[in-house]
Amino acid sequence: MKRFVSKAVLAATAASLMLVPAAMAGTIKVGAILAVTGGASFLGGPEARTLEMLVEEINAKGGINGDKVEMIIKDSGASPEKAISFAKQLIEEEKVLAIIGPSTSGETMKIKDISEAGKTPLLSCAAAEVIVNPVASYVFKTPQNDSLAVKKIFMEMNRLGITKIAVLAGNTGFGQAGKGQLLKIAPEFGIEVIETEVYDKKATDLSAVVAKIRANKDVQAVVNWSVVPAQSIVIKNIRQAGWDVPLFQSHGFGNIKYVELAGAAAEGVIFPAGRLLIADTLSADHPQAALLKSYVSNYESKYNETASTFGGHAYDAFTILVKAVETAGNDRDKVRAAVENLQGFAGTGGVFNFSATDHNGLDIDAFEMMTVKDGKFVAYTGK
Amino acid sequence: MTIELFIQYCFAGLTYGSIYAIVAIGFNIIYNTTGIINFAQGEFVMLGGMISISLLPLMPMPLAIALAVVITMAVGALIEIIFIRWLKNPSVLRMIIITIGLSILIRETAVHIWGEGIRALPYFIGNQVTAISVFGARISPQVLVVIGVCGLMVVALGLFFKTTSVGRQMRACSANRTAAVLCGINTRNMVTFSFVLSAGIGALAGCVMSPITYSEYDIGTGLAIKGFTVAIIGGLGNAGSAVIAGLLLGLIEAFSVSVVPLAFQDAIAIAILLVILFVRPHGLFGSSEAAGLKEF
Repeated sequence: MKRFVSKAVLAATAASLMLVPAAMAGTIKVGAILAVTGGASFLGGPEARTLEMLVEEINAKGGINGDKVEMIIKDSGASPEKAISFAKQLIEEEKVLAIIGPSTSGETMKIKDISEAGKTPLLSCAAAEVIVNPVASYVFKTPQNDSLAVKKIFMEMNRLGITKIAVLAGNTGFGQAGKGQLLKIAPEFGIEVIETEVYDKKATDLSAVVAKIRANKDVQAVVNWSVVPAQSIVIKNIRQAGWDVPLFQSHGFGNIKYVELAGAAAEGVIFPAGRLLIADTLSADHPQAALLKSYVSNYESKYNETASTFGGHAYDAFTILVKAVETAGNDRDKVRAAVENLQGFAGTGGVFNFSATDHNGLDIDAFEMMTVKDGKFVAYTGK
Repeated sequence: MTIELFIQYCFAGLTYGSIYAIVAIGFNIIYNTTGIINFAQGEFVMLGGMISISLLPLMPMPLAIALAVVITMAVGALIEIIFIRWLKNPSVLRMIIITIGLSILIRETAVHIWGEGIRALPYFIGNQVTAISVFGARISPQVLVVIGVCGLMVVALGLFFKTTSVGRQMRACSANRTAAVLCGINTRNMVTFSFVLSAGIGALAGCVMSPITYSEYDIGTGLAIKGFTVAIIGGLGNAGSAVIAGLLLGLIEAFSVSVVPLAFQDAIAIAILLVILFVRPHGLFGSSEAAGLKEF
């Protein structure tokens, strides 16, 4: 009898010990590696601010399943070397549940293997297709694939009967990747690229190269693929030359700053982008409408700056992670599996349907063709 | 090549060329009085553009530009007084390293003040798409403003150095510093003055080119490299030759686009610089005898 009592006491003690951690609110540690400063700060800045805002919101609501979120944001300054050391630090020392970021494709590719080896889910905010193709089991990304934007542009060209085009690309990773995709996919749509030029991201005036491609009378449209401010110089120089050729831009044009810089020249530019840019004109029954409106208005009232699609990528990454943690709990492997099985999640970039073979989860419907009218982004309705 | 295309390339070249030339003139003024290359010259151009853009909401554009030029001149004076004036017989190398440090310092300060965003002054005449037709080629009026301001600046500087007392003192300083001291010229003041002058010229250039090229905290470095190339090609120390070399380089760059991909444009400038340094180290228009007398 005495033995039985002591056993019972022991069992009760053990049970209570096991119960203690569950009863006490835990914290969920999430890391983020973002280019808050440096050349890619136009990406990392809005991304970091978005994460800060979302963490504040979710903790005010009591966290995820009662656990508070602790966000550790590391500023990589777009340097791959820094991204590598931060990734190791976050995985090994901080033992974070998952990492959001990095902002740029170059950094993401450098830490892809580290997150894979550390078995830590990585939700990148960078665009390049190589991040998720081939698929690495722990690596995901939220921005839409370049090839989808290219296809969207070519579909519109087919509709307009354009077959011969010139391609101008910035000399950044984004520009080079886009140029590669344009050249690769063009034949599928019966389009011939007859002029290609690459310009420096610090270019100051590009009227000479514009004069050169204009001299080729066969050019029916120009695609200007870049994510740096120099893309506005191209637009300006083309229109200054009095050349009213159809001008297509990439989704890297989705920043109202670039429209302001190109001013009157930006009118009528056609480009594919996520619907965030036209959130205010989206019909209310669209699956993305409600969340886009609330994100844009929350962000803009909190930070007093225009919301961009880039901040939206961080919104998607964080919200996907929250959804996964809600079902899978605070466990790296279970969270990874939960993200992979996430279906029909409407984010800022589109409706995500992840699978074991698709770690981006977006299809071509994530893009909408847009144009610039009176200095504002509006949905493109065709000529 | 059609005549239209030829003229279009010419004006593109003259635009780049004028910008390079103005930066090169700034290099030359400081080189003349101190014998050093001021690697913070590009930062003066950046400051001019950024300050005028910040002042624009408060006042009309001509006033904003004038004030930006004055503020940048004050910055130039301050830099010289704090970092260079007190040095006793500084070596050329030491002063050059100081200017490199200063360029980084100014750039980093600019990031803290203005952030990394890109800005621009509005076009002086018309807007982004306004163009004047010249023999079928279309030129933005702003291009003519840049070329005009560059021309005016060269003439004004020429007059300043030839006719005014301060200008003559500065020339004496550059010809022979010791002799200038013996004649009672305060060479230290002349050095300060040369920084003020080149800061002012850089700032004005930064304002007039801003609508075309945009302004950003780090545009200075690229401009300094091109301006330096032009100064070397023309022969260090001569404002007139800097203008000719600048326009020449601009035209070569513009016409190079018709034969090689745009991506090689900067390589061409640097290749020309190397050739000049090997073949004519005193520059296209400089005299080798005069160059031989200089320390650097």
